[in-house]
Amino acid sequence: MPDPTPSASSARPEAIRISDLHKSFGSLEVLKGVSLTARQGDVVAIIGGSGSGKSTMLRCINFLETPKSGEIVIGGETVEMRADGSPANRKQIERIRTRLAMVFQQFNLWTHRTLLENVIEVPVHVLKMPRDQAVARAHELLARVGLGDKADAFPAFLSGGQQQRAAIARALAVDPSVMLFDEPTSALDPELVGEVLTVIRDLAAEGRTMLLVTHEMKFAREVADHVVYLFEGRIEEQGPPAEVFGNPKSERLKQFLRSVA
Amino acid sequence: MTNVLELLGLAESAELLALSPPGWGGNLLRGLLNSLQIAFGAFGMGLIIGLFGAYGKLYGGPVLRDLLAIYTTVIRAVPELVLILILYYVGTDLINKAATAMGYDRVEISGIVAGIWVLGIVQGAYATEVLRGAIKAVPPGQIEAARAYGMPAFMTMRRVTIPAMMSFATPGLANLWLIATKDTALLAIVGFAELTLETRQAASSTRAYFTFFLAAGALYLLVTLFSGLIFGWIERWARRGQPSLKGGQP
Ligand SMILES: Nc1ncnc2c1ncn2[C@@H]1O[C@H](COP(=O)(O)OP(=O)(O)OP(=O)(O)O)[C@@H](O)[C@H]1O
Ligand SMILES: [Mg+2]
Repeated sequence: MPDPTPSASSARPEAIRISDLHKSFGSLEVLKGVSLTARQGDVVAIIGGSGSGKSTMLRCINFLETPKSGEIVIGGETVEMRADGSPANRKQIERIRTRLAMVFQQFNLWTHRTLLENVIEVPVHVLKMPRDQAVARAHELLARVGLGDKADAFPAFLSGGQQQRAAIARALAVDPSVMLFDEPTSALDPELVGEVLTVIRDLAAEGRTMLLVTHEMKFAREVADHVVYLFEGRIEEQGPPAEVFGNPKSERLKQFLRSVA
Repeated sequence: MTNVLELLGLAESAELLALSPPGWGGNLLRGLLNSLQIAFGAFGMGLIIGLFGAYGKLYGGPVLRDLLAIYTTVIRAVPELVLILILYYVGTDLINKAATAMGYDRVEISGIVAGIWVLGIVQGAYATEVLRGAIKAVPPGQIEAARAYGMPAFMTMRRVTIPAMMSFATPGLANLWLIATKDTALLAIVGFAELTLETRQAASSTRAYFTFFLAAGALYLLVTLFSGLIFGWIERWARRGQPSLKGGQP
């Protein structure tokens, strides 16, 4: 399989590789053989129409959805799968999940915990980090996303933009090797989108590896190293943002870009 | 004090309710303590059964789900008094049969333990439904986030699902607790010395029915009021992080 990422980056180790991923919901085939590689530091933007399988692809990577078949390699470690695609080794899945960090469209913060408690939850209880160390780091991360003064606030009392920034702090707290963003700004009021994009832009600039499903085409063009266009469960076209957005080849992508412009 | 009571014509009642014999107050309080012990045990057992039952109903296989459906339906359909008679006599009978079969003597089953079991099984059926509803009310995204960050199933339940469902479950559980305290009175029928039975004995020995049943009623009322206080506190704690229904900061 040819490496779809730009050759300039091929020296860096692979962070994530998906090969020939298939997924169905009942008789509905949602992913029809998707392959994708991201090297460390890559920002891969995934675009496509509603229902094209973007979320499903992201959710198969950490096995929130069970794929039907295919191969998933995270940081050189192949996820053990049974013949039916289900994970064969629960412990391995749980361990791999702690190296991936997902940021959800609906934030999904734990509402009965303060922001600080949300951020230390996984480091303390899953990764068994000493509590004071986790707390110190959580304060740093909250300050970094501009929520230094909200550590003791509960999520429900914050704006969507603040909640999503807190969710990003929670993701950073596990020091993930790959971050998975599923439309992180789609649930936000327009005036709150910018503050979240700013945080993500900073993360991209510092060399975080991320897979970013987004409808913000301008933003994708700006931060991504590589853009993937999904159409009905297949990768219809991919390449560097300048190519994909500036000189699209497939008719469907052209049409899609016109429709979102 | 004595004068005031005399004046009100309550001196006799006060004497009857005195804590030490010949007064019956001590017996009433002992009965109350027994009632509370059973209610507490049954409520706790109900919670444990309810948690397993709720998880079983939500995530269990078809056989387990059917069994649980039978359990909750039957228990909630049959009057508690009948259940208590059935469970008490059948239960003790079964235990004794098992004991003799294994070569032991007939065992004397402690009233408290039997009471806790019988009422616990009844409470478990109701708690299953209360907790099942509460778990279903937890936004699925919060459980999904726990999974996405590598939490094992049991930790997810302990750290996310249970604390998140508490605010939905407390009103129902508070009701169950009050029902538990009052259901202990039904155990009088199998001769267990809880508050109601003690009251009846005191009343029939002294013919002072009004005094004793009024006193017992007052004790039940006190328990209810005190429970209300405790559950109010628990509910406020469980609802931390949720905007108050009245609006504004908590
Ligand atoms: N749990 C599910 N059960 C059944 N069908 C599902 C499920 N999740 C997704 N689908 C279907 O799979 C298809 C792809 O869904 P997916 O959420 O991956 O699309 P998407 O590209 O993320 O779309 P959007 O831009 O609207 O978020 C859709 O047709 C959707 O209806
Ligand atoms: Mg989606």
